[in-house]
Amino acid sequence: MFDFLDKYDVLGAFWTTVQLTLLSAVGSLIWGTLLAAMRVGPVPLMRGFGTAYVNIVRNIPLTVIILFAALGLKDTLGISLGSDVVDTSNFRLSVLGLTVYTSAFVCEAIRAGINTVPVGQAEAARAIGLSFTQVLGLVVLPQAFRAAVGPLTNVLIALTKNTTVAAAIGVAEAALLMKEMVENEAQLLLISAIIAFGFCCLTLPTGLILGWVGKKVAVKR
Amino acid sequence: MKLRKVTAASAVLLALSVSATACGGDKKDDGGSSGGGKKIAIGIKYDQPGLGQKTPQGYAGFDVDVATYVAKKLGYSADQIEWKESKSADRETMLQRGDVDFIAATYSITPERQQKVDFAGPYLLAHQDVLIRADDNTIKSPADLNKKKLCSVTGSTSAQNVKDRLAPKAQLQQYPTYSACLTGLQSKAIDALTTDDSILAGYASQSQFKGKFKLGAFKMTNENYGIGIKKGSDLKAKINKALEEMVADGSWQKAVDKNLGPAGYKNEPAPKIGDIKS
Repeated sequence: MFDFLDKYDVLGAFWTTVQLTLLSAVGSLIWGTLLAAMRVGPVPLMRGFGTAYVNIVRNIPLTVIILFAALGLKDTLGISLGSDVVDTSNFRLSVLGLTVYTSAFVCEAIRAGINTVPVGQAEAARAIGLSFTQVLGLVVLPQAFRAAVGPLTNVLIALTKNTTVAAAIGVAEAALLMKEMVENEAQLLLISAIIAFGFCCLTLPTGLILGWVGKKVAVKR
Repeated sequence: MKLRKVTAASAVLLALSVSATACGGDKKDDGGSSGGGKKIAIGIKYDQPGLGQKTPQGYAGFDVDVATYVAKKLGYSADQIEWKESKSADRETMLQRGDVDFIAATYSITPERQQKVDFAGPYLLAHQDVLIRADDNTIKSPADLNKKKLCSVTGSTSAQNVKDRLAPKAQLQQYPTYSACLTGLQSKAIDALTTDDSILAGYASQSQFKGKFKLGAFKMTNENYGIGIKKGSDLKAKINKALEEMVADGSWQKAVDKNLGPAGYKNEPAPKIGDIKS
């Protein structure tokens, strides 16, 4: 029943999915944190930019963003992110697209975490003469991250599944392999079940481990 | 009591549907001879310019013209035709269920499909080919595709064909639609687009692309387009006869020139009925 799997590199495809997920996760954590900092910062221009970015990006379908990265950036504007090899540049463009999209959600998760830190702490920090970056970096964000582990886990799981959209521009990850297998083998249900199982193997442990971490690091108030 | 009501209702429904299907069956049996007041359901593609396309003005394309001609010979006028979309994956099922009377939708005759459905024709001999920019002189044979960027739709077998057999070093870009490939081809991000030459010619004949692309004329495979009908249907002989007449009276060539001509598509002579080139 599973003989046909020998012809396909299922593990390789899932490895690409994992790479997409991890790289975009790191990227969007950095960019999302910066966005959150902008949104709570004292400079109106930056606050405005942060708000506009989040509200625009999170309301655009991910498929549109990914397709724009390939058709708009690469094919029309010629930005291929430093690689002439089609597969490599598609991979990088997908990471870019996923990062741009996911960081809007990361930003909101972190901002929610910031809101759990009592205002008094930031005021006290300012009162002893700390600058905005110091207040944020030394007092507020460390506590905010600890509170944001739960919401960030949700974002990470959603990101793992969102990587399937990269199949739209031909990145050889799990969803593209599924399409290929369905086309050649005519075993729709079995193949879908295998791919679904693969994704559960990725996301279930993520949820369990990070859920445990979240409880461990939560600030008891 | 409630249960009984439901049973009664479903019994009525069942009886209705049985009688309705019976009617449908009757209609189809005396199909070809007298057309008056009846409909014929034909499956076509809705999204392939030049072959079968749904436009605001109606349906257009070579497959549509062939189907209309055949329907006329079977005794149905153009307004008695009910067009239905038959996507590639649905074609066998639609015929087996009887949703459509016949299908003219870039339907290549293959041994696997012949086990499930019957084919009339073939009515067009197409080949897998590449579409390249009109000013690109670097691709003269399939081997020139090595190190070039090749585009096709996600999951299709044509690009895999080229990569496996003809140009192993070609890079493959997969997009959800051919139109997306054309954007890249135009801006030189992609060097060639591959699938059946008839489909390529249809895209290149669209008014916004006229003169920008040309066909490679490599003839990489043979695709015999046939008209799909239900296994064992008596329509086969009638459709074959209609196709022969269409070739004989010149409307076949006219339909090819009208729909696929603008891209410089050199069609093969009309195939003989039953002559399937492998």
